[in-house]
Amino acid sequence: MTSREQILEAIKKYKPAATGLPEHLSYPTLEVDQLIGQFQQSSMLNGGKTIVIKTVEEVSSYLQVHFDKQLQVVSLIPELQGTLDITKILDPHDLEAVELAVLRGTWAAAENAAIWMPEENLVHRALPFIAQHLAVVIESKNLVRDMHAIYEKIKVDEFGYGVFIAGPSKTADIEQSLVIGAHGPRSMTVFLVST
Amino acid sequence: MKVGLFIPCYVDQFYPSAAIASLELLEKYGVEVDYPMDQTCCGQPMANSGYEHYGKDAGELFMKNFGDFEYIVAPSGSCTLHVKEHLLSHDGTGPKIYELCEFLTDVLQVSEIHASFPHRVGFHSSCHGLRGLHLAKPSEIVGKDFNKPVSLLEKINGLELVKLDRKDECCGFGGTFAVFEEGISVQMGKDRLADHLDKGVEVITAADMSCLMHLEGLLKREKSSVKIMHIAEILNGNPIHS
Amino acid sequence: MAENRTHAEAAEEFLKDEERTHWHDDTLWHVRTKRDTAAQKLPEWEVLRENASQIKEYVLSHLDELLIQFENNATANGVTVIWAKNAQEHNDHVYRILQENHVKNLVKSKSILTEECGLNHFLEAKGYDVVDTDLGERIIQFNHQVPSHIVMPAIHLKKKEIGDIFHKHLGTDAGADDPQYLTEAARLHLREKFIQANAAITGVNFGIAETGGFVVCTNEGNADMGTHLADIHIACMGIEKLIPRAADLGVYLRLLARSATGQSITNYNSHFHRPSPGKKMYIILVDNGRTEQLGREDFRNSLKCIRCGACMNTCPIYRRSSGFSYGSTVPGPIGSILSPGIDLKKHSTLPFASTLCGSCSDVCPVKINIHEQLYKWRQVIAKEGNPEPAKKWAMKLAGKVLGNPTLYNIMGKSARTALKLSPNSLIYTRFNAWGKKRDLPEVPKESFKEWYKKNRTND
Repeated sequence: MTSREQILEAIKKYKPAATGLPEHLSYPTLEVDQLIGQFQQSSMLNGGKTIVIKTVEEVSSYLQVHFDKQLQVVSLIPELQGTLDITKILDPHDLEAVELAVLRGTWAAAENAAIWMPEENLVHRALPFIAQHLAVVIESKNLVRDMHAIYEKIKVDEFGYGVFIAGPSKTADIEQSLVIGAHGPRSMTVFLVST
Repeated sequence: MKVGLFIPCYVDQFYPSAAIASLELLEKYGVEVDYPMDQTCCGQPMANSGYEHYGKDAGELFMKNFGDFEYIVAPSGSCTLHVKEHLLSHDGTGPKIYELCEFLTDVLQVSEIHASFPHRVGFHSSCHGLRGLHLAKPSEIVGKDFNKPVSLLEKINGLELVKLDRKDECCGFGGTFAVFEEGISVQMGKDRLADHLDKGVEVITAADMSCLMHLEGLLKREKSSVKIMHIAEILNGNPIHS
Repeated sequence: MAENRTHAEAAEEFLKDEERTHWHDDTLWHVRTKRDTAAQKLPEWEVLRENASQIKEYVLSHLDELLIQFENNATANGVTVIWAKNAQEHNDHVYRILQENHVKNLVKSKSILTEECGLNHFLEAKGYDVVDTDLGERIIQFNHQVPSHIVMPAIHLKKKEIGDIFHKHLGTDAGADDPQYLTEAARLHLREKFIQANAAITGVNFGIAETGGFVVCTNEGNADMGTHLADIHIACMGIEKLIPRAADLGVYLRLLARSATGQSITNYNSHFHRPSPGKKMYIILVDNGRTEQLGREDFRNSLKCIRCGACMNTCPIYRRSSGFSYGSTVPGPIGSILSPGIDLKKHSTLPFASTLCGSCSDVCPVKINIHEQLYKWRQVIAKEGNPEPAKKWAMKLAGKVLGNPTLYNIMGKSARTALKLSPNSLIYTRFNAWGKKRDLPEVPKESFKEWYKKNRTND
């Protein structure tokens, strides 16, 4: 017998009597008009920063003030011109010098500031991790209550990869002291376009 | 109402005053109390040490003594829990056992307690009563706050209850744990005491004498003036131990 | 490490440094407090726990079907699925994959399963330099230690000690212990390793049967840095890590980080389904004693564990004895119910390293009845070979006395008399563990039963 057969055989022999699955995983407790405030707070607790804007153009002016234009910027939003065309990059190792990546988020959860970013929003899977700083633009109409609401809307296997990003790279492995910028982005700025 | 009073073995032997207070307290509320003379122990010390089978005789003896009562009351959350889980039936037939405080709050539903105790008191929440019998909401559980023993203490004149940093951390007694894991047990006890002593308590009370025996052992070794008293003694209006 | 010591002996060692004990206790209590705060923010918390438990119940009762479904879907996604009966098979597969793909440099993110299998030692013996990339894991790897906690592997070390380790291994300034500075040094060091790596090994937090994908959660982003830069991704997964549906992730991702550290979610929650073009992805499904545990009716619920570590943070014994005192890959309360199933003799003292206070069961996000299982393991251990004959003897005697009212009355009276008459030098000996630091209760002149006879009975 192969290991596979042995394992499956043992499970058949030992598994308990069949039970059912809970349905309708939804626990509506948060008011919808609190979503933006809740998101901002969650994002801050995760070590991120949220800026509520009216138009996407504001992203550009904000970033010009806060980031050095001489450094590599990858932008995947049409309103902002980057300095590096990621579609021409074949090897993700060539992203090593990226200072800022500006991406679009698909869905965001107010309860924890997690933003769903499927592979098509990233071009290279490594991008939001290897960049020194990360900015994500998301429309407030795509802001929902919690994780259950997002899982209802997305198809997790639509692309080969997808990730919930909720903040910058962080660690507390040294005496529980929070340090931002463990391996990946040293900051995460979320631009919430309120329409 | 007739009630069988179960006095755990170590309370019988070492803390008769807690047992007397429990009896008098029940009598004050008009309960007819019977104390079966042949009782010993519920068998928990053996069972919690892995020797359920050595506790079998004690368990059978318990049922011989208490099997015909409608209500059994015991001034110990821990023993009550053991009897409830391991000796009594779970199908609603046979006797029902209550820890003393929950008997007062849930069955007798006492609204007033005529006692005065003008002292600073620390309440120790014993684990088996807390999490096993649900005498209070544990701090780690999400839900509405309640605390049956504390609700009784709050009815006592002059009693000043202190607020602890860790309101329901284990004291480290744990039956034979106290002996076989002596180092941790003592450290847990010392830490628990420090929380109470920091708040300037004169008396530490609990619904379980076993936790208090452990804490008292540490207090006495340190020659502390802080006293321990079973909650029944305070509810019964006993003065502070001299 | 506590290989052959009892938990009590190992704990004694840790307790010698009282200041460190307090520091360790306070640090973990702080994490437990953060967990409480996070949980209290969700009124539905207890319902979520119940649902998480029910879903895992379903998983255990359909595990064979779900594994096959998972395998079929993952295979269709272009992922290679491999089955390993035990640690040896798991390690052999990893080695074979590395060889086949001519891997020179590999990075690894946190995986308790690979700790359980001893993968690092195995690969190091084959000449590989295994680089753990989780900061905590890298620290203990430099220090030649294993994790003392499953979520915070280096929680037993103070920043001063970490500063010394980094000075030695990374050339940071002597005496420097600022966490920001040390983390930056690790960042630069590990970035180089990420760039060089040909293969990345990760654990799996959740495998999704209906899609064949899997989820890995980190705060540092190290699993992603590794997997997206390397050509080979090997995901090592215990067979119990499955969940039936993608929607179930909503329940678990909400519970996991809140239970673990009090965060509302980990900052990176990556869903892997297909390898990037030109790259390879492997999943190794590992049994290593899990099916056996499934067969133990009283203990199978332990397989619901999602490795959040909340039971460790709340455990008053863990907090005061540290993870190493358990001498097992998974320490703390959950380790104390998992480990006896792996080696009953070696881990026979672990189920006794508890007061059965029950807080572990209360914080468990999948509602494992941990303290009840500790009680049940005690019964098994007492029957199948108790390492402490003194305890057995004492319990047998106690059982006899307490089962017989006459004997009880006589023994009670004579014990009280003996205690009253004996000088303290005879009572507080080294054989009396109670009396090392505690006094015995003052002996009353009569028992309650004697008082009752005088005051309440007419005969």
